[in-house]
Amino acid sequence: MFPQFFFGYCALMIVASGLLAISLRNPVHCVLMVLVLFFHMAGLYLTLNAEFLAAVQIIVYAGAILVLYLFVLFLVSLREELHLTAFVPNAWLGRIIATGLAVGLIATIPAFTLGEKGVWTVDAIRQVTHTKALGQELFATYLLPFEIAGLILLVALIGGLVLARRDQGGGESDSASGGTAGDAGPEPVADCREVGR
Amino acid sequence: MIQTAAVTWTALEPILPELLLVGIGVLLIGCDLFIPRQRQVLPWLTVVGCATALLMILGARPTSAFGGMFLADGYAMVFKAICLGAVILTTLISEQFWQTVDGRQGEYYSLLIFSLVGMLLMASAGDLMVLYLGLELMALPIYALVGMHKRDGRTSEAAVKYFLTGAFASALLLFGMSLLYGLTGTTDIGRIAEAAAAMNVAANPALLAALGLLLAGLCFKVAVAPFHLWTPDVYEGAPTLVTALMSIGPKAAGFAIFGRVVFYGLPGLQDHWGPILAVLALLTMAVGNITALCQQSLKRMLAYSSIAHAGYALLGLVAGTEEGMAATMAYLAVYLFMNLGAFAVLILLAAPGQCRESLDDCKGLAGKHPVVAALMLVFLFSLTGIPPTGGFIGKFYLLKAAFVAGYPLTVVGAVLFSAISAFFYLRVVRLMYMSEADHNACLSCSPGMRAVLGVCLAGVLGLGFFPGPVLGWIVAALAGS
Repeated sequence: MFPQFFFGYCALMIVASGLLAISLRNPVHCVLMVLVLFFHMAGLYLTLNAEFLAAVQIIVYAGAILVLYLFVLFLVSLREELHLTAFVPNAWLGRIIATGLAVGLIATIPAFTLGEKGVWTVDAIRQVTHTKALGQELFATYLLPFEIAGLILLVALIGGLVLARRDQGGGESDSASGGTAGDAGPEPVADCREVGR
Repeated sequence: MIQTAAVTWTALEPILPELLLVGIGVLLIGCDLFIPRQRQVLPWLTVVGCATALLMILGARPTSAFGGMFLADGYAMVFKAICLGAVILTTLISEQFWQTVDGRQGEYYSLLIFSLVGMLLMASAGDLMVLYLGLELMALPIYALVGMHKRDGRTSEAAVKYFLTGAFASALLLFGMSLLYGLTGTTDIGRIAEAAAAMNVAANPALLAALGLLLAGLCFKVAVAPFHLWTPDVYEGAPTLVTALMSIGPKAAGFAIFGRVVFYGLPGLQDHWGPILAVLALLTMAVGNITALCQQSLKRMLAYSSIAHAGYALLGLVAGTEEGMAATMAYLAVYLFMNLGAFAVLILLAAPGQCRESLDDCKGLAGKHPVVAALMLVFLFSLTGIPPTGGFIGKFYLLKAAFVAGYPLTVVGAVLFSAISAFFYLRVVRLMYMSEADHNACLSCSPGMRAVLGVCLAGVLGLGFFPGPVLGWIVAALAGS
């Protein structure tokens, strides 16, 4: 009983804080909502017996990346809001589609059947410990995806530099837009929020 | 005792072209940093690296590596050749382009190469993880390249729009993949096909939901209506050179993963995705061709035309047969030449300080520069699909494949919209040949530009007159994979 209750609590909090993060007007409040979201994500990992991932989620995301987001917010002083004209002017169309999608997806849940299980059962992981199992999989089976992810980080770094750098002899107005799109790299979440308002 | 992965020469051999390109990308950063005076080396290094990778890929035997995560089969080879061709041709034009817009171009080439590596990985992906990571590796540098030329106000807007829609599409795609993984217990595309075949499809709406989300994400990436809304703004706002690349390279790679997921991964669900894609293809052709009619900007018109061409290329996937897949590949190969040719002429028209992207700028081009006008004429005829150009042959095979697979109404629609497209393509021809020029434009043509125009002309006409060898090669590559 308790696991179901805990899962329901985490899931509700994730949805609620996610909604608040994109609808609050003060950017700092938005980032703090994302922090709440990350903590509950870690809670979800705990229900899945993935303690290592939960710890990493808190250390890396809540600890490091959110602080970076806050720094970005302080550096790019968002005095005036950015307004983009929407692709589809009527917001209700989007809301109806989103609700329809949500209802459709929820309706498919009863039909969901789990596929075949992999080699790493809970017992097998308990025998070799999380970190070791994760490392072994990451550097043996999933070596190629791991290396590609490294390459993506490099590209994000270069891309961020290109966008954030002021044009030589260019106008001052570039810097604001360059800054927001500059950390476009690995974490789209905060960026979407900053720009999409 | 931890076993380490056997990273030996034989394990790395299939992925060598990609490794070479990564090396070139890092070398390009180094060159830009340490020998800034010799900046003219960069495009040549890029071209030489890409050409070497192309030769290596064409010469390789079909293999797989990393436990089936990386497939170097014939299917991947064709798409890789198209992507590499797109990057080589746009790099040859780049010198001329950066001279006219007078921008800083240091990181352009390394970002381009990293994006290319992403495209190649997408084409070779045998596992959903590699597929997704390749997609992100392809997309991230392009977001940066779109926003690179910051003095033009439109580019920042285009970059932001592209980034947001791209991230959204990735989310849809990931959601679909996670559902698929939960249902089948594997991310390997071949094993997903087996597991999905064993399942009772009609009774499992969860699998259909996964398919729907995957289709939506993939359609975003190749700009198929109704997921095309980002395309015109982004294509118009991006630097013309990047637009030229985006309209072919990422699109071909997108079709590569599209085919890999629906054609190889979910063949059992063809009764479901076939009709959906047929409707989407018709809608895309309608939206692209009809909206292009009322465009005043040549660049924006080409953007809508690229949406319409995504609709045509989709017809081969709709068919769901090997012939259909081969027709899509052949069409993308023809599209590479004709579309890049048209964009090359657009870049050629631009002068320092003026972008000259509107239709009026083509007025009287034939009187001043008969050769350029004649080239544009050939490319536009090919985009319309008038014989004896390559565009006609490409469209012919696509329509034939869709017709044989049992979609006659879609084929009729495609022909009708193709006829509509003649209006706006040929309007440019009319302006070039039958109007008087408003202003005196003198065009300068760099050697790279000449080479690209020559290659594109040869490609369009060559594929039009002798389509046999290329089509035979594609069919053989597909059959051998």
